[in-house]
Amino acid sequence: MLEVEEIHTFYGLSHILFGVSLSIESGKVVCMLGRNGAGKSTTLKSIIGITPPKKGSIRFKGEEITGKQPFMLVRMGIGYAPDERRIFADLTVEDNLEIAERKVEGGERWDKERAYEVFPVLENIGSRRGGCLSGGEQKMLAIARALMCNPELLLLDEPFEGLAPVMVKVLEDQIGTLKETGLTVLLAEQNVKTTLRLSDHGYIIDDGKIRYQGSVEELKENEEVRRKYLFI
Amino acid sequence: MDSGYILTFAALSSQFLVGLSRAMILFIVCSGMSFVLGVLRVPNVAHGSLYMIGAFSAFSISTLFGGSSTGFWLALIISPLVVALVSLIAERALFCHLYEREHLMLLLFTFALMLILGDLVKLTWGADYRSIMAPPFLRGSIPIFGSSFPRYNLFLLIVGPVVAISLYLFTNKTKIGKIARAAAVDREMVGAVGINVSWVFAAAFVIGCYLAGLGGALVAPMVSITLGMDHDIIIEAFLIVTIGGLGNMWGALVGSLIFGITQAFGVLFWPQFAIVFPYLAVVIILILRPTGMLKSVW
Repeated sequence: MLEVEEIHTFYGLSHILFGVSLSIESGKVVCMLGRNGAGKSTTLKSIIGITPPKKGSIRFKGEEITGKQPFMLVRMGIGYAPDERRIFADLTVEDNLEIAERKVEGGERWDKERAYEVFPVLENIGSRRGGCLSGGEQKMLAIARALMCNPELLLLDEPFEGLAPVMVKVLEDQIGTLKETGLTVLLAEQNVKTTLRLSDHGYIIDDGKIRYQGSVEELKENEEVRRKYLFI
Repeated sequence: MDSGYILTFAALSSQFLVGLSRAMILFIVCSGMSFVLGVLRVPNVAHGSLYMIGAFSAFSISTLFGGSSTGFWLALIISPLVVALVSLIAERALFCHLYEREHLMLLLFTFALMLILGDLVKLTWGADYRSIMAPPFLRGSIPIFGSSFPRYNLFLLIVGPVVAISLYLFTNKTKIGKIARAAAVDREMVGAVGINVSWVFAAAFVIGCYLAGLGGALVAPMVSITLGMDHDIIIEAFLIVTIGGLGNMWGALVGSLIFGITQAFGVLFWPQFAIVFPYLAVVIILILRPTGMLKSVW
């Protein structure tokens, strides 16, 4: 579904990603583990076109998408939930979902009701302003908002970061539900345990380079890699 | 003694209404400017020029119909649309390439645009003073609180709230209005939920400029339409938007009320220095609340 090949991304003059490659098969949950500043967020932002790579190529469903604007990529079927949530604070929960909703011909379509089924908490706070939500509620809203764009591939940037353990469990179940519907997910995380439970395949990134990749079983076995790059 | 007291009350209340109706014009113009400032982050110095074009277009349309009532109403409908069209062309041809630039650049650019538009108005309509007439039933005065009050000002007191309510409904109840509010805070994220921000900006700009044109058309029967009215309004508009809170449309309403009413009372208390009062109010507000009365979106 997604092939990232040797991308180099810069923030201004500073070189962040050094030839990152990854590939994601349809229907799988793939995780990218790494420390703060390893390049996880930048990889996701490169894919969604917020910080387009200077070199390398990204293909989605076989089509070259490097350099396309974010709104085009979203319309092609990539959803993005950023780590800072970036909820529209002045808008209510309902309006946050509504402005992302897109009418499409045929196929599976997300609307508010379906989003509330996956995230029941949001229904009760539908009229509350986005800025007045707790961290966990904002995380859910960010994911729900990304789903409203009817993605085939969902990019999740640190969904579990800063959440209470009980919220992490709730969100894990919800992402699990989404996986069962056949959604493809790229999950960038630091929470190794939860992330590995959800994933089929994993990448480890450090200093802007992919250091290791393998199936989840291989990652669980490989103590050395985890100690070296994840401090666990 | 007794009659003197009544006279003062009559004068006060009538002057208050005059200030209030002046505030309505200011609000219509400034809410448009504040909207553009909030959503696009463009301090549009040429906003006053669009107000002037609105007034001159109203003159042309009204003249075309021989100054009849029909002419006035058509002018009120069409001239803001003319301004909207001018702004759409300006946005697609010029502004849309400049959003990422720093504010100083944008100020210089819109200042240049103000000079160009000013000259274009001079070429099109000449340097003469123009005027148009309101329809007969909006002319003259009616007695209110024992003093006479111009009917046209009363008309403005109706139009102002109608515009305010429309703006409220637009920004809170329509999808494009909600998107515009979201874009004011985080335009990148608006793109990342699949919305073409470029067209949102174009729409927001055109709506803001439409309001400038509407203000110009509404003010046309009250003033002499002339070159230089762009400069007068833009200075007031910048102050109003600043004391209200940058990018906050309700701030523009509060600012306009303060500006209009202090001006009107200034005329009553100290006519020779009337013009000073609103500026004094601005100074006091900015000392007490440097970021404006209401929350700025910046």
